[in-house]
Amino acid sequence: MIRIITFFTTFLFFIFGSAHADPKKVGFIYIGPPGDHGWTYMHDVGRKYMESQLGDSISTTYIENVPENADAVRAIRKLADSGHDLIFTTSFNYMDQTHEVAKDFPDIKFEHATGYIQADNVATYSARFYEGRMIEGHIAGHMTKTNTIGYIASYPIPEVVRGINAFYLAASKVNPDIKMKIIWVFTWYDPGKEADAANTLINQGADIIVQHTDTYAPCQAAQKAGVLAFGQASNQEEFCPDSHLTAIEDIWGPYYAARAKAVVDGTWSSGDTWDGMDKGMVVMSPYNTKLMPASLIQEAVNMEVAIKDGTLHPFTGPIYNQAGEMVVPEGEVAPDGMLLGMNFYVQGIDGEVPQ
Amino acid sequence: MNLDFIIGILEIILIATTPLVFAAIGELVTEKSGVLNLGVEGMMLVGAVSAFVTLVISGSYFLAFLISIFSGILMSGMFAILVLYLMTNQIATGLALTIFGIGLSSMIGKKYIGTPIDGLSPWFFVLISFVIVFIVSYFFYKTKSGLILRAVGESHNAAHALGYNVIKVRFIAIIFGGSMCALAGSYISICYAPMWQEGMTAERGWIALAIVVFSTWKPERILIGAYIFGGVTILQMNLQALGIRIPGQFFNMAPYVATIIVLIFISSNKLRIKLSAPASLTIPFFKGK
Repeated sequence: MIRIITFFTTFLFFIFGSAHADPKKVGFIYIGPPGDHGWTYMHDVGRKYMESQLGDSISTTYIENVPENADAVRAIRKLADSGHDLIFTTSFNYMDQTHEVAKDFPDIKFEHATGYIQADNVATYSARFYEGRMIEGHIAGHMTKTNTIGYIASYPIPEVVRGINAFYLAASKVNPDIKMKIIWVFTWYDPGKEADAANTLINQGADIIVQHTDTYAPCQAAQKAGVLAFGQASNQEEFCPDSHLTAIEDIWGPYYAARAKAVVDGTWSSGDTWDGMDKGMVVMSPYNTKLMPASLIQEAVNMEVAIKDGTLHPFTGPIYNQAGEMVVPEGEVAPDGMLLGMNFYVQGIDGEVPQ
Repeated sequence: MNLDFIIGILEIILIATTPLVFAAIGELVTEKSGVLNLGVEGMMLVGAVSAFVTLVISGSYFLAFLISIFSGILMSGMFAILVLYLMTNQIATGLALTIFGIGLSSMIGKKYIGTPIDGLSPWFFVLISFVIVFIVSYFFYKTKSGLILRAVGESHNAAHALGYNVIKVRFIAIIFGGSMCALAGSYISICYAPMWQEGMTAERGWIALAIVVFSTWKPERILIGAYIFGGVTILQMNLQALGIRIPGQFFNMAPYVATIIVLIFISSNKLRIKLSAPASLTIPFFKGK
């Protein structure tokens, strides 16, 4: 009897199941947990936005805490094997792994965040976070009293180096005496180590903490020590209300929705997307009115407008490298190719990029 | 370089190293009784999340640490029942405990990620970590109970023949280890980086396990091992921030390299290693044998 019931329910399920168009399955690979209130959190916000926009035409899954090593291959393959149509791999160091799996699954579309190598079924996408770094640098140049900025960097990849340079160029423009202290922590995610780095920088005289790691531990450390800080990837003001000047927010939702829509419609094609403030992919968190003078906030807002309409570019020449060679001539802006492969500090920054 | 600057560095080193000391001293006591518990990382995470959640709900720091230690007792108690009574393999069970702890802590903490809390000053716990190390050292070498625990770890059959309850001694040692790991975890989520994030202990449990080997199972050397590791981590950060040019990856390796170098020096005398390593480590005890 039970067998017959099972058979019929399964049968009915198939009949009704196939009456609807199959929802496209969209998978995500996350480097951290969605709750980090930083990088992964914002990808997850984007994923939810996509779901809300596309409704029943898609279903989404994610695998969190995937290390950037051979484990990533297994995780991506798992999504590919389980019938996903579109897979987002959301960290730079998933690049080789993404391509390795993509080769075996030509019918599945892959999207690799912050990468620079495309294939027929692998598109890349990133946001021009450096536009936000420029605004942060401008604010920091005005706000610092010790003329010392502490910068917590994760891994020496172009994305991070570009942020440091954009920040420094803007900061040194308004305050030529500014000094940058940079600590490479070689992790995206270790609240304890991020706090150690922040405290070390503060102990060395930094009165503004900038971070390119994923948790709000540095901002918290700044709050405790009574110095200023910028949040990272999402608005972190609630964790450090007396320190948080602003943050660069990563808004992935509209892009994710558009790409998933393209898969549903069958119009997806590979490519490289690198959008910034003009497309709303990079957004500044509300400027902290308690900490910043109104005039400075106005300047920052004006910069946003200028960046959006293209009259202001963070990498406008003349720009020199540490050896004093001109890398971007006067009146020109750095080409995207240079920005994408940036692995040198601009003149004025001490130390060298770890190789 | 003025005095404040150096004191500042020392403060950061103390704060960063304390969780390693707690976890390592707990594991040392467990291993001295002849049981290897690889579940340190898992117990730390469960300790961290239970302290955090208790604090958010009750607002009491005292209760937070109490519940956290209780969670450590539960986790390690489970491990103890499995390895002592059901004779499961210690290494496999310990690894399972870590994996279980990672999952359980994520599940418990899901709703509490990103809840802001007021952190607690770490200094009381920094002090306590030193006190515990010296108490354990005194216990091992100056008390009869300490001698019994070591005897059980060396040769459980001999200890059993003398009429000591091997299972009971090991149970207590495992539970002590568990509560210390939970304390390490709660220190991380309440004092060190006041927040709850999944996997926030970031492999410190494994480093604690390495420190126990490094210490050649001597309590005072736990402090040396932990502070070499913590100290080099913070010093390399200071060198970086001072703009001293050292090859990049070296920064990342430095604490591990330093630890291994010292380990080579310590272990060059094989006899001394043999004398202090518990001879019955990981060997299950069958009564009546």
